[in-house]
This record gives sequence, structure tokens and C-alpha cells, in this order.
Amino acid sequence: MYVGRERPTGGFELFAWFFMRISGVVLILLVLGHLAIMHVINTVDEIDFEFVAARWRSPFWRTYDLVMLWLALLHGLNGLRMVIDDYVHRKGWRVVTLTALALVGFVLLTMGTQIILTFEAPASRATAGLP
Amino acid sequence: MYRGREGMWSWILHRVTGLGILLFLAIHIVDIYLLGWPDVFNKLLFLYRHPVFRVAEVFLVAAVLYHALNGLRILLVDFWVEGTRLHRQIFWVQVGIFLLIWIPTAFLMLSPVVFGR
Ligand code: HEM
Ligand code: HEM
Repeated sequence: MYVGRERPTGGFELFAWFFMRISGVVLILLVLGHLAIMHVINTVDEIDFEFVAARWRSPFWRTYDLVMLWLALLHGLNGLRMVIDDYVHRKGWRVVTLTALALVGFVLLTMGTQIILTFEAPASRATAGLP
Repeated sequence: MYRGREGMWSWILHRVTGLGILLFLAIHIVDIYLLGWPDVFNKLLFLYRHPVFRVAEVFLVAAVLYHALNGLRILLVDFWVEGTRLHRQIFWVQVGIFLLIWIPTAFLMLSPVVFGR
């Protein structure tokens, strides 16, 4: 019934093994908390630009989202790296897939971080260009 | 890595849910990035509110819940030696917790669609 990887003996793989487990524990709280806020306390009917603007007025939620972004993305990308390790054996294809993974990962991490850190709630709906 | 049939299925499900959540997260980072264009962001929200999407969101919650609980089980086995001996009990506790959380959540998520509130 055991489905995790055996614990590696050292080096980067051991670090990655611990990272998957530690980030996993933190993500349980962050992601389930996020889903509870978006789907139980509120619903997708209430979510819109102003909803997010109100939440991101608080540094607490910006920090929460930033930590969740980094942990979830790095955890997921490293998971996909392990899956690629399992299925892609030809050297050329490994270089192609792992490079693509690193590039896409970098772009997503940058986009996610940038919007959380630079988002400015507009003074009014009109300044946001909303009706 | 895995022994027996349940082990293989829980491993496949853990992998499939993990990759599914990652795919969603990639799309999600792009949709949140659109906050830079408030009118575009608000216009595209009809997607999230579409009945088909709302059912899909219930399954997204199921994927996260399964992956989280199964991840917790992996941790129990890794860091608590006794976990290996109790794995059968832990499996049923996992099924119980999953249903206990998912069914009420699904009800709350779908009732606005089904009952209009
Ligand atoms: C909710 C809390 C979560 C927990 C407790 C958790 C836990 C784990 C654990 C323990 C592993 C196995 C690592 C190993 O064998 O070395 C794993 C793998 C994985 N996780 Fe998560 N995870 C969580 C959330 C996520 C999220 C949000 C994503 C997607 C962004 C994700 C994607 C993956 C992927 C793709 C794998 C690799 C699967 C495989 O190798 O078969 N996980 N997770
Ligand atoms: C359909 C279900 C979901 C909805 C409606 C939703 C909604 C939102 C909203 C409105 C925000 C904007 C920030 C805020 O108000 O806090 C946000 C940000 C975020 N959500 Fe979700 N969320 C969902 C599922 C998820 C899942 C499953 C994950 C984890 C894998 C996740 C991870 C994130 C992250 C990392 C951010 C920050 C994004 C960024 O910096 O680009 N969300 N979400």
C-alpha cells in the first residue's frame, strides 16, 4: 500500500524527498484553506476583480498567496520532474522535456509572483476601467 | 515501490491527481495574472461560473482532497514506523475522512446551481 518514493541516500534527491514532504504538510493547510474560502465561505458567484482587490489590501492574504504559489508550484514541478524521470529515458528527449519544464516553471513562477507583489487596488471602479 | 493491487491504484491516483492539480494551477496562474486587466478578468469569470465548470470544480476539490490525504498517509508510513503495520486501518480512515469532507462540500458547492441558492 506504500506509494511514496523510497528515501534517497543523499544529495539533491534527498533534499527533494524532504521538500516534497514538508511542502506537502504546509500545502494541506494552505490549499484546503484556499478552497474553503473560495468555495464554501464564498462561491464563484462572489469572486470578481473587486473581491480580489479587497483581499489583497491585506498583506496577510498577499503573503498567504505568495507562500502557496511557491510551495504548490515547486512541489508540482518537482513531482512532474520525477514522473519524467520515470518515463523518459532517451537522452535527447530528457534534455528537451526537462528544459521545457524549467522554462515553463520559471515563467509561471515569475507571473504569479509579479501579480501578487505589484498589484495595486485602484481607487475606484472607474480608475480600474470598470462600468 | 508498491505491493499489491490497492497499492498500485492509490499510486496511480496520487500521480494522476498531482498532475491534474498542476495543470489546473498553471491555468490558474494565467487567469490570476489577468487581474492586470480588470475588465478582461471580470469578463472571463463567466467561465468559472458556468455549470459545467462548477461540476468540474467539485472534482478538482476531490483531487486535492485525495492527494492531500494520500500524501498524509505516505508521511505516516515514512516517519512513523508503526504506520506500515496499520496500513489497512489507515486506508479506511482515509476513505472515511474523504467522504466526510467531500460530500458536504460538494453539496454546498452545487446547491446554488441546483436550487438557485
Ligand atoms: C495538499 C497537500 C499535498 C500533499 C500532502 C502532497 C504530498 C505529496 C507527496 C508525499 C508526494 C510523494 C513524493 C515522493 O514520493 O517523493 C507527492 C507527489 C506529487 N505531488 Fe503532491 N502533495 C500536496 C499537494 C500537491 C499540489 C497542490 C500539487 C500540484 C501543484 C501536487 C503535485 C504532485 C505531483 C505532480 C507529485 C508527483 C507524483 C508522482 O511522482 O507519482 N501536490 N505529493
Ligand atoms: C476553482 C477553484 C479555485 C478558485 C475559484 C480560486 C480562486 C482564486 C482567487 C480569487 C485568487 C486571487 C487571490 C485571492 O483572492 O486570494 C487565487 C489565487 C491563487 N490560487 Fe486559487 N482558486 C481555486 C483553486 C486553487 C487551487 C486548487 C490551488 C492550488 C493548487 C490554487 C492556488 C492559488 C495560488 C497559488 C494563487 C496565487 C496566484 C498567483 O500569484 O498568480 N487555487 N485563487
